[in-house]
Amino acid sequence: MSVSLSDTRAHNGSGAISCDGEECARVTQRQLRAILANVPDPEIPAVSVLDLGIVREIGEHAITITPTYTGCPATLAIEQSIRRALDEAGFAHVTIATTLSPPWSSDWISDEGREKLRVYGIAPPPKGADASALKNDAPATCPLCGSDNTEELSRFGSTPCKALWRCKACAEPFDRFKCH
Amino acid sequence: MAKLSPLAQYALRLGDDSLILGQRLGEWCGHAPALEVDLSLANVALDLIGQATLFLGVAGETEAKGRDADVLAFHRDVLDFTNCLLVEQPNGDFAQTIARQFLFSHFQELQFEALTRSSDARLAAIAAKAVKEVIYHARLASDWVARLGDGTDESKARMAAGLDWMWRFVDELFVMDAIDEALLKQGIAIDKAALRPAWDARVDVALADAALARPPARRPVLGGRNGHHSEHLGHLLSEMQFLQRAYPGATW
Repeated sequence: MSVSLSDTRAHNGSGAISCDGEECARVTQRQLRAILANVPDPEIPAVSVLDLGIVREIGEHAITITPTYTGCPATLAIEQSIRRALDEAGFAHVTIATTLSPPWSSDWISDEGREKLRVYGIAPPPKGADASALKNDAPATCPLCGSDNTEELSRFGSTPCKALWRCKACAEPFDRFKCH
Repeated sequence: MAKLSPLAQYALRLGDDSLILGQRLGEWCGHAPALEVDLSLANVALDLIGQATLFLGVAGETEAKGRDADVLAFHRDVLDFTNCLLVEQPNGDFAQTIARQFLFSHFQELQFEALTRSSDARLAAIAAKAVKEVIYHARLASDWVARLGDGTDESKARMAAGLDWMWRFVDELFVMDAIDEALLKQGIAIDKAALRPAWDARVDVALADAALARPPARRPVLGGRNGHHSEHLGHLLSEMQFLQRAYPGATW
């Protein structure tokens, strides 16, 4: 079944739509997914909360999210943005829960999200890297010129999730999304 | 403060360690020797305050008297804080701050790694989340211990002095008391004493890498877990809690 504009038209402003049972739940979930795909991360607006993998579950009545870092100040802002987007789309009754387990991993960033990060100027984290990659010793690929001739300047960057790197080929500094 | 249940007390201790060290590191914000260091210390502080929020949340929830993480952080006085003495020690110079971080982060990493197997699902989840961050902290601190210890005569002397200042507070990290023992039997708490050999091994490797000698054993100073603190904690709290003391219940 494909979700078309009619799904959006069908819901009556309180999020209720004229269908029943499992199909209804599926339609709602797709609508919620579409809404979340348009909620940007407050600190890296190039990617959505879906791209970042912080949305863990989309149910008919509840969405579950998880923080990237325990102390990330964006966590509260993200929940508020999601709340606002849901309310504006007529899903005020859908609740937002936060879970810590399993802990967020940068492996959950979608392929599309990785590409968006790169275009935005942030080197995306390698996918499926083992725990040793936490050290981020392997050179990052410069998101600007594509060179692997890069070095770490600071393990902690402008936000908890990024490290500061420099490209030795094009001499530009860039952020690297930490493998986490 | 009324006597807390062992579980609430245990969560409170975990939270207080993170909170006080996070506040200490926050004092460096805008004052660190270099921009990169400023960012590093502020980021570590954020992680720690994030941990504190979660652990204090569990403490409040377990106590079930309506105190949330904010109330526990801002409306307790010094005698009710249960952090270890190491984390409340003053920043001193940058080397002294790094010494404190180095000794504590390696302990915290081992502690959280073990706590991921706690039978309390909340504590296990927080530990699993936080341990990934603490691996970073420990590595950052070790890198700086090596850079300062194996640097100039000046940096080496300062690094050695920083370690010497902090060393007497190390033993307290591994002390098991009645609360720890009771919760260990239930599979909730971890055996801190059992972490000591792994901690010693890590610290010895890092110190060798930094061309630094292990400080001589000092008579340990204990008491933080029971609210017996150094004079430094009161000053820290007076700054951290000022707003809530002056304007109780203020929100923003």
